[in-house]
Amino acid sequence: MSKLNTYREGPDETGHFDIYGGRYVAETLMPLILEVQEAWDKAKNDVAYWDEFNRYMKHYVGRPSPLYLAERLTDHFGGAKVYFKRDELNHTGAHKINNTIGQILLAKRMGKGRIIAETGAGQHGVATATVCALFGLPCVVYMGETDVKRQRPNVVRMKMLGAEIVPVTAGTGTLKDAMNEALRDWVSNVEDTFYIIGTAAGPHPYPAMVRDFQCVIGNETKEQMMEMEGRLPDTCIAAIGGGSNAIGLFHPFLDDDSVNLIGVEAAGHGIETGEHCASLNGGRPGVLHGNRTYLLQTEDGQIVDGHSISAGLDYPGIGPEHSWLRDTGRVNYVSITDKEALEAFQLCTKKEGIIPALEPSHALAHVAKIAPDLPKDHLIVMNLCGRGDKDVDAVAGYLGMD
Amino acid sequence: MTTESRPETRITRKFAALKAEGRAGLVTFLTAGDPTPEASEDILLGIAEAGADLIEIGMPFSDPMADGPAIQASSLRALKAGMTLPKTLEIVRSFRKKDDDTPIILMGYFNPIYIYGVDRFLTDAREAGIDGLIVVDLPPEEEGELCLPAIEAGLNFIYLTAPTTDDKRLPKVVKHASGFVYYVSITGITGTKSADAGQVGEAVARIRRHTDLPVAVGFGIKTPDQAAEIAKVADAAVVGSALVQVIADNRDENGAPLPGTKDKVLELVGALADGVRGARN
Ligand SMILES: Cc1ncc(COP(=O)(O)O)c(C=O)c1O
Repeated sequence: MSKLNTYREGPDETGHFDIYGGRYVAETLMPLILEVQEAWDKAKNDVAYWDEFNRYMKHYVGRPSPLYLAERLTDHFGGAKVYFKRDELNHTGAHKINNTIGQILLAKRMGKGRIIAETGAGQHGVATATVCALFGLPCVVYMGETDVKRQRPNVVRMKMLGAEIVPVTAGTGTLKDAMNEALRDWVSNVEDTFYIIGTAAGPHPYPAMVRDFQCVIGNETKEQMMEMEGRLPDTCIAAIGGGSNAIGLFHPFLDDDSVNLIGVEAAGHGIETGEHCASLNGGRPGVLHGNRTYLLQTEDGQIVDGHSISAGLDYPGIGPEHSWLRDTGRVNYVSITDKEALEAFQLCTKKEGIIPALEPSHALAHVAKIAPDLPKDHLIVMNLCGRGDKDVDAVAGYLGMD
Repeated sequence: MTTESRPETRITRKFAALKAEGRAGLVTFLTAGDPTPEASEDILLGIAEAGADLIEIGMPFSDPMADGPAIQASSLRALKAGMTLPKTLEIVRSFRKKDDDTPIILMGYFNPIYIYGVDRFLTDAREAGIDGLIVVDLPPEEEGELCLPAIEAGLNFIYLTAPTTDDKRLPKVVKHASGFVYYVSITGITGTKSADAGQVGEAVARIRRHTDLPVAVGFGIKTPDQAAEIAKVADAAVVGSALVQVIADNRDENGAPLPGTKDKVLELVGALADGVRGARN
């Protein structure tokens, strides 16, 4: 495909990024989606709305998150200069809260009195339960039964925050089924409910709306890098589940030709084994959860479950804008196995004293692959989008620690 | 929309015949391949004789977003038993060898069709003897995907309308509709809540102000009495989850159908048909 003048104008008014995105939902949902879109179109052009958002970002979430030069890792790799964008320092421990603040402010404007969400790793569930506590709204979180078991600390946190957790046994009991169940709840409670989707996927306007909230990551990075190095970074790297932290980091840089953008998918046991979550590297375009995008599926178009050591990356789809960015070639998408991510997790913990979540450990594992061969003045920014507290039990298990 | 772009099919002929008879129709829904491809074909081959006026056949999908537990489970049973879109079309071909009148509507989600290939699907569906399509996750906003090509191929594309589809939106939904309009009588998923017949009557009247197409009502109709109530106010009553549940309840520990399952399903179809046929007497 030939180079575009801008990569930042999508989606079109029907919610498409070329063939990706759209609004593939049942008629019962369609009026709700249109209502959200109308409210969002108004809010996003309203200075007062963004003032409120920015106030919460600063005083509640703790933004801006630092851009930190990881000196010991830089020395260890012996090549490029590695910076971390420290979104793991946000309140609740991940980038997810940027989005839930944005959406609950919209729900409030729309007069909705009940919030629902889906969650995989539980980070989005915790971020949603948190803002529901903050704004005094009832919260129901759908979570696959398998994930309820492997992310117990987050389940407890959500309950303490007052959320009702509904373990989903339908289908295969993972994130995609939790999302199906949340959509079913929404069509059954159309009057009063707002659905806070946790990643830059789903029917229009969600992919664009979630992206716009997460762009705080990339906008800050740009400013901070200008301050610290007097120029733009050379490479930005982020892990991809549904793609929200990645699009948030990438989007502000899409039209800066010199900046190399790399999304890191979960290769699980290896793409060749079929047990992975790399929709772009191992899937093909299809329609699920309201949008057309790359999906893990059978030859008959049945959606299959992925596998990743990281529950937050364990989703058979990806936000539609990434599908489009892949096809245009503007962003490069690679993959990292469970094993490589576990090694990066330990490396970061030991060398920097930062316990990362397993999701950004995938991004760091890719940094470890490329940094040694890059020149010392090459600037890499890796989105450290979550802390590893939720993962310590699972990792201890994998490492055979007591 | 002019009537030329509404293909004439077994569906349009059936509704004309029902109108002449002065009664509403019964539409049955079963998932293709549930509980096994063979048993499912056997049941479907008997369903028109048992009293179904129109037949909806569900194309199983791994992620049936708009369906409740009964139809979700039926979809998974069918997939587990190896059901595929080509096999669903095979069942329709067998049916057509013995019955060339009863309309057949395929119902499901877009992804399996998209992966099969839209053009190939329309050619094969038409050749197999399909009359109409209901694709839950293709609202009018995405009509270019399948609705317009289906009309071109001579198939009816049936749109769902819901209680949330207001007067402002209805014209958009019925614009390219043909065959009939399917009114989803509850805000929710299949097989959960049941609608109040009075409210359904009002909703059907509202839809009729926007289209002259027949209106079928579904979601939440489980018993012959409920079907009869709906048949008083609508052109057809659709029953799915209740029939699917009979299959679910009559399986051995390996999931194979118990002897007599077919008779039990067809018995309920007969009772529902009696309800619908007697409704306006
Ligand atoms: C820390 C962390 N990173 C990444 C993800 C993946 O989501 P996304 O790709 O939308 O950023 C999750 C999801 O739960 C997460 O918790």
